[in-house]
Amino acid sequence: MDFLFITQQSLSAAIGVNTIIFALAAIGLNMHFGYTGLLNFGQAGFLAVGAYSVAVAVVSYNISLWIALLIGIGNSIILALLLGIPTLRLRADYLAIVTIAASEIIRQVARSATFNKTLGGSDGITGKFGKEFFDLNPFTAGLDLPFLRFTPNDLWVVVVGWVLVAIILLLMWLLVNSPWGRLLKAIREDEDAVRSLGKNVYLYKIQSLIAGGVIGSIGGFVYALSRQSVQPDNYGTALTFFAYTVLILGGAARVMAPIAGAIIFWFLLVFVEQMLRQAVSAGYIPEWLIGVNQVGQIRFMLVGLGLMLLMIFRPQGIFGDRKELALDARA
Amino acid sequence: MPAPNSNFKERALAAFATVASTPGSKKPDPIIVADKVTRRFGGLTAVNVDHVEIQRGSITALIGPNGAGKTTFFNLLTGFDSVDEGSWTLNGEVISGTSPHKVARKGMVRTFQLTKALFRLSVIDNMRLAATNQRGESFIRGLFPFIWKKQEEAITSQAEELLTRFKLIDKRDDFAAALSGGQRKLLEMARALMVKPEIVMLDEPMAGVNPALKQSLLGHIKDLREEGMTVLFVEHDMDMVRDISDWVIVMAEGKIVAEGTPDSVMGNQAVIDAYLGAHHDVSLDEGR
Repeated sequence: MDFLFITQQSLSAAIGVNTIIFALAAIGLNMHFGYTGLLNFGQAGFLAVGAYSVAVAVVSYNISLWIALLIGIGNSIILALLLGIPTLRLRADYLAIVTIAASEIIRQVARSATFNKTLGGSDGITGKFGKEFFDLNPFTAGLDLPFLRFTPNDLWVVVVGWVLVAIILLLMWLLVNSPWGRLLKAIREDEDAVRSLGKNVYLYKIQSLIAGGVIGSIGGFVYALSRQSVQPDNYGTALTFFAYTVLILGGAARVMAPIAGAIIFWFLLVFVEQMLRQAVSAGYIPEWLIGVNQVGQIRFMLVGLGLMLLMIFRPQGIFGDRKELALDARA
Repeated sequence: MPAPNSNFKERALAAFATVASTPGSKKPDPIIVADKVTRRFGGLTAVNVDHVEIQRGSITALIGPNGAGKTTFFNLLTGFDSVDEGSWTLNGEVISGTSPHKVARKGMVRTFQLTKALFRLSVIDNMRLAATNQRGESFIRGLFPFIWKKQEEAITSQAEELLTRFKLIDKRDDFAAALSGGQRKLLEMARALMVKPEIVMLDEPMAGVNPALKQSLLGHIKDLREEGMTVLFVEHDMDMVRDISDWVIVMAEGKIVAEGTPDSVMGNQAVIDAYLGAHHDVSLDEGR
């Protein structure tokens, strides 16, 4: 077994493109779920809107990438308003139902044959729509260290991605420590109490939904640009639930949690996969038990098992405060 | 403690001297005037109040048996429930149909029967939250602490003052969930005061509060009147009603059946009927 290769793959994944995408998705969810108590089960929809806005604007309409990014942000704001205006006056569960349905609608529309010309159907859109971004790439050589390995383009995405994450986390930190953030946390605890103190709860819930949605759609930008393609089925409900996993793994309502969660999630996922793959091909695991083709599924089972154990023994996540979690018991 | 209060009590009582002890009687200086307020839940008419006025600067108790519609009436007045018919005014301005947060901004702040402390916020944050017109409550301005830091400090010292008065200052940095039931009631009342209301609506302020804390809560409610605020409260504890209220309104089956000073109301036949049934003390045979 080539442990150096396993380590290299796992560490590269831990700080790689996927980690950035899931971290951004989870930061958005942290705003929704962690701080405001909004059950958004359609975060994948926000990523899809971000990714597709960029791809469609550049490939189908020949719009400059930079303007396309603004369009993407605009579209995610529109999506947040569409989801929020009818549901945020109602009980919390309605938002959950509407968001999960909406994200599936977005995916189904994107893959439908009707819009094949502009949205690319089930194949999605592939093309050099990230050209303007990669033209700025200062890295001529990739990174090829014993422990880390990135192609020049991936390296550029990773560097820009982490800078973006850092900026967004800084903004997030400022927000949740401001009176605005205090209001969100209060809404999470009890909406009626906040109303009785003269605060427009509805307005703040919409603001939170927009802010978290826009952060999610930035994750969608990274998703689309890093691969120079968008595929509808990447934006299924699994994406949303992995983002929740990342968030809860790190600890909800903690600013840094999504980063830690995403790093651990992707490290484990790739580490387990590579270990299994090598073990199977080296003959340590008999072929009748696990075949090479089954490794992809089994890694999710094992990571899932690990997460279950984490929830049992550390339900507050990595950064969470167990005492604070226990307070939720509404004594 | 009673000495400084008595002055205000006398003044409040003097205002009621000329008021008739009849349901819906006119008050010399009403802060709330409600007309024909009706709320139905399916076939049940929970609230059916023809006319009621609440005197400014007084402590008015709203009493009545279970299911009389007191809390529903409270919810209607504060905008937490929507009315089927009727209207009411606060300081002469119609506020029926206004959303709860706007009602609060106009100076009418309520507390809840089941205390709504914001559990995973610290006690001081519970207090700070309630301050009005905070600059940092806007998304954009929240990002720039130098815009709101100064105001935040002023709010904090105001909050600490109130916490000291309500004897919660030791709990300043604890989570609100760590407080006892009675302390949560105190916190909720202190928090309502951060809004600087004109009228405070207390929904069963004594429910689940131990006797020792009850005395201090009573004192705090009297203090509200002393500061010029109007208090309307729902309560089952008759000793408390008798002790602190200047005027009592009795509801039964959604209607206001009696009004008057605490002593006159307690002996009122309609009130006794409402609580004990019109046929009590009468043998069942005679009733037929």
